[in-house]
Amino acid sequence: MVTITRKHAAAASEAMGFFTDTTVCIGCKACEVACKNWNQLPATHGGVSEMSGDSYDNTRKLDGTHWRHVKFIEQFDGPYNGRWLMMSDVCKHCVQAGCLEVCPTGAIIRTQFDTVVIQSDVCNGCRACIAACPFGVIDMNPVAGTAQKCTLCHDRLEVGLEPACAKACPTDSIQFGPIDELRERAQKRLTQLHAMGEKRAQLYGDDPNGPLGGLNSFYLLVDEPEKYGLPRNPQLPSRNLKKAGTFSAASAAVLGLLALVGLRKKRMDEQASAN
Amino acid sequence: MSDTFFSGAPHWTWFIIPYFFIGGLAGGAYFLAAILEWFGRPDDRPVVRTGYDVAAVGAIVSGLLLTVDLGRPLRFWHMLFQSDNLPAVVFKAWSPISFGAWAILLFGLFSVLSALGARAEEGRLRNPVLRAVGSAVQGRALAKVIAAVGGLFGFFVAAYTGVLLAVTNRPIWADSPWLGALFVTSGASTGAATLILLAPGRGATARSLAWLSDFDFKALIVELLILVVFIASLWPIRQVWVSFWGLLLLVGVVGAGIVAPLRLHADPARAARLVLLGGFLLRVTTLLASEGIAHYRVALGQ
Repeated sequence: MVTITRKHAAAASEAMGFFTDTTVCIGCKACEVACKNWNQLPATHGGVSEMSGDSYDNTRKLDGTHWRHVKFIEQFDGPYNGRWLMMSDVCKHCVQAGCLEVCPTGAIIRTQFDTVVIQSDVCNGCRACIAACPFGVIDMNPVAGTAQKCTLCHDRLEVGLEPACAKACPTDSIQFGPIDELRERAQKRLTQLHAMGEKRAQLYGDDPNGPLGGLNSFYLLVDEPEKYGLPRNPQLPSRNLKKAGTFSAASAAVLGLLALVGLRKKRMDEQASAN
Repeated sequence: MSDTFFSGAPHWTWFIIPYFFIGGLAGGAYFLAAILEWFGRPDDRPVVRTGYDVAAVGAIVSGLLLTVDLGRPLRFWHMLFQSDNLPAVVFKAWSPISFGAWAILLFGLFSVLSALGARAEEGRLRNPVLRAVGSAVQGRALAKVIAAVGGLFGFFVAAYTGVLLAVTNRPIWADSPWLGALFVTSGASTGAATLILLAPGRGATARSLAWLSDFDFKALIVELLILVVFIASLWPIRQVWVSFWGLLLLVGVVGAGIVAPLRLHADPARAARLVLLGGFLLRVTTLLASEGIAHYRVALGQ
């Protein structure tokens, strides 16, 4: 367990984040509860329990009132043959963040901790960030009327505390700290798992040269990313801008030409019939 | 599976769908009016004036729809200005929703100016201030300049909505770069259709209407071609069309909205009504087909 010092908070030159080791997650959802509690997130449906009906996981997804979500991935082939994959999901605090890229109000900012935070008093709820996030992290908070997600407990970081979820995690599945340290720790754990025979173990989002410049919340998985509901190659939304813009401009030019040619043809037809 | 299937839906539904439709139609109508402003004859003026009116009303309605759709409508101006640092503006050239907000504002400004000029031309302005503005832009070189710039903004507004969808991480929208092209073409065809239906009431001549009808015919052919390319570009995720929205796209957009009006070319008014229906259904299908894909179900393999 890591507690950042006030020195960390003040200097703020280091990127901070999460390393989530899914192999030790027990699905207790303490992180979900701690997150809800600390951030004073409202209940859904007025607090009425709503069962998913097809899973023991009733939270189902991250959204504007669930900034942490423990996924239960049920891989069963018959009633007694299978396994549970548990993964505490959260905002990835991407180094190149799609939400931050598209936000038209400037509500989404990169902080001194290299985390990505939505300023709720600036957000106007246009929801562009929801569609831009490749991970489906952001959604509306119906009480605030703004888009919301994990802030990596920015308020706690500023006073030298670790995020509530990491603090509450009883198995240290969620580890918080400077990203460089977390990467080293993750590599050691990966090597350990491979040595123990768990060859499916892999890190997701730890590579600063990988998709989105790396994720400041990265994972150790024991199956393919898609099984955990994670895209294999997350990308920035702006990848389509140039091509889509060019095709649109070309189509507009063709339409303009058709309008002008039609006008000219009409004139020439009229002149011909007048002669 | 496309990586877009892991993203969340932004709930752009029953305010955004009519906005995309009306914004496209208004942009297309203004563009055609601007063409006639520059290259038309005096007997084309009723179409020009109708186009400006349609654009001005469309731009205002678009702005209202966009504002009402926000989670915090009173903060609509945060799209334009830095809320904590006035009067500094917010403008991101790489974010269509950011430059689109400016485009719709400027398009609204130009279309209202042109509409005032058109009303002054008809002597229908009673308010002295509005009459002064209308007279200043009426029938002069300034009107042509406004029409040229406003026409570009018109097509920009019609197109950027499609580009906005492409610049996301959502299934269908971000899986093809053709939505902007499709929407601008649909904006042109629905703009022409609106003028075909409304301009006769302002005294449009048969000659002007014939030009509009011919243009609409050609625009529909271009739209059909782009629609085919758009659907072909989505081949890797073709299963998304095995749904009600796929059926609606085929029957409502292609059948009723494009093929039927092409066949009804000799009856422009009937064809125009179908073009409008098709243009609306195009927005319905493209938005709701993607909105209906829930990421957590994909993640759980359902």
